[in-house]
Amino acid sequence: MSAALVLAYGLGLAQAMLVLAMAIAAWRILRGPRAQDRVLGLDTLYLNGMLAIVVHGMRTGSGLYFEAALVIGMLGFAATVALAKFLVHGEVIR
Amino acid sequence: MRRILPHPLLSLGLAVTWLLLNAPVTPATALSAVLVGLVVPSVMRTLEPEAVHVRAPGTILKLAVLVLYDVLRSNRDVAKVILGLRRGDRRAGFVSIPLDLRSRYGLAVLSIIVTATPGTLWIQYDSHTGHLLLHVLDLVDGDEWVRRIKDRYERPLMEVFS
Amino acid sequence: MSPGDLPDWAAWLVSALALAGAGISLVGAVGLIRLKTFYERVHAPTLGATLGMAMILAASIVYFSAADGRPVLRDLLIGLFLTVTTPITLILLGRAAAYRDRSDGNANAPPDP
Repeated sequence: MSAALVLAYGLGLAQAMLVLAMAIAAWRILRGPRAQDRVLGLDTLYLNGMLAIVVHGMRTGSGLYFEAALVIGMLGFAATVALAKFLVHGEVIR
Repeated sequence: MRRILPHPLLSLGLAVTWLLLNAPVTPATALSAVLVGLVVPSVMRTLEPEAVHVRAPGTILKLAVLVLYDVLRSNRDVAKVILGLRRGDRRAGFVSIPLDLRSRYGLAVLSIIVTATPGTLWIQYDSHTGHLLLHVLDLVDGDEWVRRIKDRYERPLMEVFS
Repeated sequence: MSPGDLPDWAAWLVSALALAGAGISLVGAVGLIRLKTFYERVHAPTLGATLGMAMILAASIVYFSAADGRPVLRDLLIGLFLTVTTPITLILLGRAAAYRDRSDGNANAPPDP
């Protein structure tokens, strides 16, 4: 097999697996049962989404997706921290 | 030296980060990396962080190798539990560990180690009693986990951040 | 630059690393379904946040280094950032869950440390 074919199949399958992982995380967000489960699902969704973007960057051969992945990682961190604080205090800032 | 570089490790880290983001290295990016490393840490002066005293580089290296090995092994163990390949009955539960480590930086590194090894989760640390509450996915013997955390991670960390 | 420019060894290595990393992350996500209690489920995503993340970032480093013909190490920054932030999110989430379980008086609430 040529290098391009190996990459097309390998990276395509890897991205499909990460999207499936995101779907499972989304199921956990919808299913609950408690608020902390939903926040955990959102954290997993962010993480796998970020990894999928990194793999997409390899598939297109473009270095631009690195910044996107970095921003998604930071937003996911801030979102989960804010939500976890919300679960304790009922308000984010005080 | 103290006046120009109040936080040498932070300066180095910032300069390297700047170079990684702006690779390949050209004279212009190298110069701006040096500037970032020199100027930005002075912001930290207003925060007055506790000084970090790191010693025993050999212990750091040994600990790093040990943690790397444990991360690989616990990844395999947790994957087995999730896929239902682990035989016998499994019990998850909480373990309370009395810690002697008091350094804030040491505790921060310990929290990273505990979280980075899947199968152990840091729930709560009580700074008055020094007790740490862990949740363990595969709890065979609570006392063994206390020994494991204390011998494998806490003792080297106390050497490093003494 | 098109993906076809890569030498064969790099293409195989990148594919193997990306597939292994994605597989580990997927197993971690499956843990969200298969594990029964919340405290067990929190362990699951750490698979993707440690080994899965490391392998996919390694694949990216190999890919762009081989394609550009020079070491491209910026993906290490994502790894460093994730390693430092994952403990914070999970500790806060664990503490929030413990607080809620204790104040609700649940039977499976964690004991005091």
